Amino acid sequence: MRAKPLFLTIAHRLAILAYIAFALFPLYWLLKVAVTPNDLLYSEGIRLWPSHASLEHFDFVLRHSAFPVFFRNSLIVSGSTAVIVTILASLSGYALSRFNFRGKYWLVALMLLTQMFPLVMLVAPIFKILSPLGLTNSLTGLVIVYTAFNVPFATFLMQSFFDGIPKDLEEAAMIDGATQFVAFRQIILPLTLPGIAATLGFVFTAAWSELLFSLMLISGNDQATFPVGLLSFVSKFSVDFGQMMAAGVLALIPACLFFLLIQRYLVQGLTAGAVKG
Amino acid sequence: MASIDIANIQKSYGIHPVLHDVDLKIGDGEFVVLVGPSGCGKSTLLRMIAGLESVTSGEIRIAGRRVNELAPKDRDIAMVFQSYALYPHMSVAKNMSYSLRLRKTAKEKIASIVSSAAAKLGLDPLLERRPRALSGGQRQRVAMGRAIVREPKAFLFDEPLSNLDARLREQMRAEIKKLHKDLGATSIYVTHDQIEAMTLADRIVAMNGGFVQQVGSPLDLYDRPANLFVAGFIGSPGMNFFEGTYLNGTAPRFETEGGVVIPAQPHPALTDGARATLGIRPEHVEIGAEAPDALKATVDLVEPTGFGIILHLSFGRSGFKAFTNDRRFLNASGSLPVRLPVERLHFFNAAGNRV
Amino acid sequence: MKRIADGAAPYLYSAPALILIVTVMLVPLVLGVSYAFRDIQLLNPFSGAYVGLDHFRALSEDQAFYRALRNTLWWTGASVLLQFVFGLILALLLDKPFYGRGLAQALVFLPWAVPSFLAGLNWAWLFNPVVGPLPHWLFGLGIMSGPSNILSDPQLAMWGPIVANVWWGIPFFAITLLAALQAIPRDLYEAASIDGAGPVQRFLSITLPFLAPTIAITILLRTVWISNFADLIIVMTNGGPADRTQIVASYIFTQAFKRLDFGYASAIALVLLALLLAYSMLIVILRQWLLSKD
Repeated sequence: MRAKPLFLTIAHRLAILAYIAFALFPLYWLLKVAVTPNDLLYSEGIRLWPSHASLEHFDFVLRHSAFPVFFRNSLIVSGSTAVIVTILASLSGYALSRFNFRGKYWLVALMLLTQMFPLVMLVAPIFKILSPLGLTNSLTGLVIVYTAFNVPFATFLMQSFFDGIPKDLEEAAMIDGATQFVAFRQIILPLTLPGIAATLGFVFTAAWSELLFSLMLISGNDQATFPVGLLSFVSKFSVDFGQMMAAGVLALIPACLFFLLIQRYLVQGLTAGAVKG
Repeated sequence: MASIDIANIQKSYGIHPVLHDVDLKIGDGEFVVLVGPSGCGKSTLLRMIAGLESVTSGEIRIAGRRVNELAPKDRDIAMVFQSYALYPHMSVAKNMSYSLRLRKTAKEKIASIVSSAAAKLGLDPLLERRPRALSGGQRQRVAMGRAIVREPKAFLFDEPLSNLDARLREQMRAEIKKLHKDLGATSIYVTHDQIEAMTLADRIVAMNGGFVQQVGSPLDLYDRPANLFVAGFIGSPGMNFFEGTYLNGTAPRFETEGGVVIPAQPHPALTDGARATLGIRPEHVEIGAEAPDALKATVDLVEPTGFGIILHLSFGRSGFKAFTNDRRFLNASGSLPVRLPVERLHFFNAAGNRV
Repeated sequence: MKRIADGAAPYLYSAPALILIVTVMLVPLVLGVSYAFRDIQLLNPFSGAYVGLDHFRALSEDQAFYRALRNTLWWTGASVLLQFVFGLILALLLDKPFYGRGLAQALVFLPWAVPSFLAGLNWAWLFNPVVGPLPHWLFGLGIMSGPSNILSDPQLAMWGPIVANVWWGIPFFAITLLAALQAIPRDLYEAASIDGAGPVQRFLSITLPFLAPTIAITILLRTVWISNFADLIIVMTNGGPADRTQIVASYIFTQAFKRLDFGYASAIALVLLALLLAYSMLIVILRQWLLSKD
């Protein structure tokens, strides 16, 4: 290969840096305001770093606000959703990957359909259905709804991981004396652990971010998830920027952790579920 | 050990038949090789015996017991896969003992069975390794070990050597043969490689297009191929064929389409002037023989293989090959006298069957 | 017996997922369609009667709906176009190996992991002159006449959610396009170089044709998805000021959530669904036509 002109290389690196700056700047600002003490917030509004930083907002948010409750609620909802979806999607993804059956076409079509229509259409009917069952304003109700929303995508994702495991393995296990289900549990599932981790991560992040349905279904502070809590906080006390951003930084942590976890599987996930964002 | 009876087996996917009416009796301790080109149905037949494919019609019996409806785990057979299908998350020892653990065999018994199988296959130093850390030949051995710890009624092999390089394949072929001699287990072996079939089999089942073409001992298939397919499939380089007409009379002979006349033995099944195909193996073509009935052939190409020489010859427009160990022909060119000995000729009628 | 069990296995594996999807998504969908023809007000216990096409008649005279429709076009078009252009450039930049590529890739893809409500809030704060730097910078650059919040300026408000959406959505395009780029066989480029093609020719004759299917499908799906994506708007402007940022999806949500008029909300949703179906059909037909022309 010929050596590339130096200025092209420099332009390339600068462009990458510009993208990184654009991607990180809002998050940086979030952190910056969160550590700026209130007395400096207005006087040093657009300084890139406050003349002295403090964790007072984090302290307040963690000790004197309802955010720990929101945080806990969100953890419960996202965690349960992720676990249940992953279990259901392993089963259905396995069915799609390993069996040829008559209903397969319809199952796939149904799952694709659920990815195509606007979920906002379901806000009103789901409220009407859940309300007489006592599942509005309840974390269980949210888990049920989120599980259903995420199962189709997770199924395609798990299917793509199962497809990557040779069919020979479970045939060998079946000849060794296993039933198909035992082969699935003892041979195939352990090999799909990375896929299971990725699915957990994707679903957790999706449930953690969901806004519309939790706004609609949850009314009280006790059951509020993080998005709902933060939004109601914003509309009620819209001057406590430091505290809000401190809460925002906290909300970012689990999502970023999962992002780092699933980073390697992003491409596979996106190609499997190219139908969803 | 057990016999396997296959009666009128058919298989179709939807409306596409892939196996037609296969009948086969495999005796106790016999080594049977299913051979044929890819897509001939040999693997499907093997997988039906294993229980990995359902049977469309007909019956499979293992040790006299109908197994059509039995799950693979209840058939008491072992199988070696082309991909080896070793469980990547288990050590070699765990791979070999998986079937025993599923059957809740006592721990001490498992340990002794695994170590004796490992000793037989030379796997002792590798027992704690994961399959990822093994070479192709070692993986192959583990796959065999997994099969033999079971002491099953029968062994099934699905192209077990095709992922190995040529040298290793030769070595493993011999080991499989030795193992079969030791264990005397009923074995069904699928391959597309006719050399493997010839060297390993007690009996070969040649298949093509979902039909069994011929069943017989390796030498049967070599000496008396039942039809054009078997004649062309067994042997390397493959048999030469000439299309033409059989002429009876005082001196029975065969006239190729190019007008070459080849003396033949009388064939009562062929009438005078019948369309037929004449076949002769390259190693049976005699070259350089100055005999009165010799024919003139043009030399097109000389391929030395080290062991011998493959000569590409032709009568006019119809090409054929001859194989010889005589190094005098390394520099052959122009034309050569060629003799096709009458006792080495194979005749096939217009339908392609041996006469 | 075994045949029946064999045939049932895939259904057993997929039954839990299927049951959940049908009860929580399909049934509400059908119910939602029926609401469009009924008077369903959450706070009115006497509602529930069939009203035929009344909602649709009201909708045809609803100026707010038409404005939302126009806003949806503007919101979707600008977001998709900008996400695609910047996503493609990013994918091309990341396609070449360089020192630290793994880290750079993780950092530029990070916005995708930020929960959408937080992305919305974050950008709303950045646009807020009290705590955010953007108004001051824009003022300093002479683009704005004073450091004010563009989210409260009816002329500019839509740019707020669009910028947030572009920031949030670039990684999706970049990841998908990068995967497609890396699937192009490298020897094609070598062959083209040997044949004498320059970088621009290589891009036009190899890269683009190979990317075209991915680009087409991604843009189609993203268009549908973004036109339904109301989170950022609800968080940042709630449709305001003066409905200038109200898109159809957020309008549906407002009708259901704020006014609790489920019947009318469902009627709008049905119209939106019809429009999206029409759009998808159009794309499919266009594709067929383009293919048949070749």
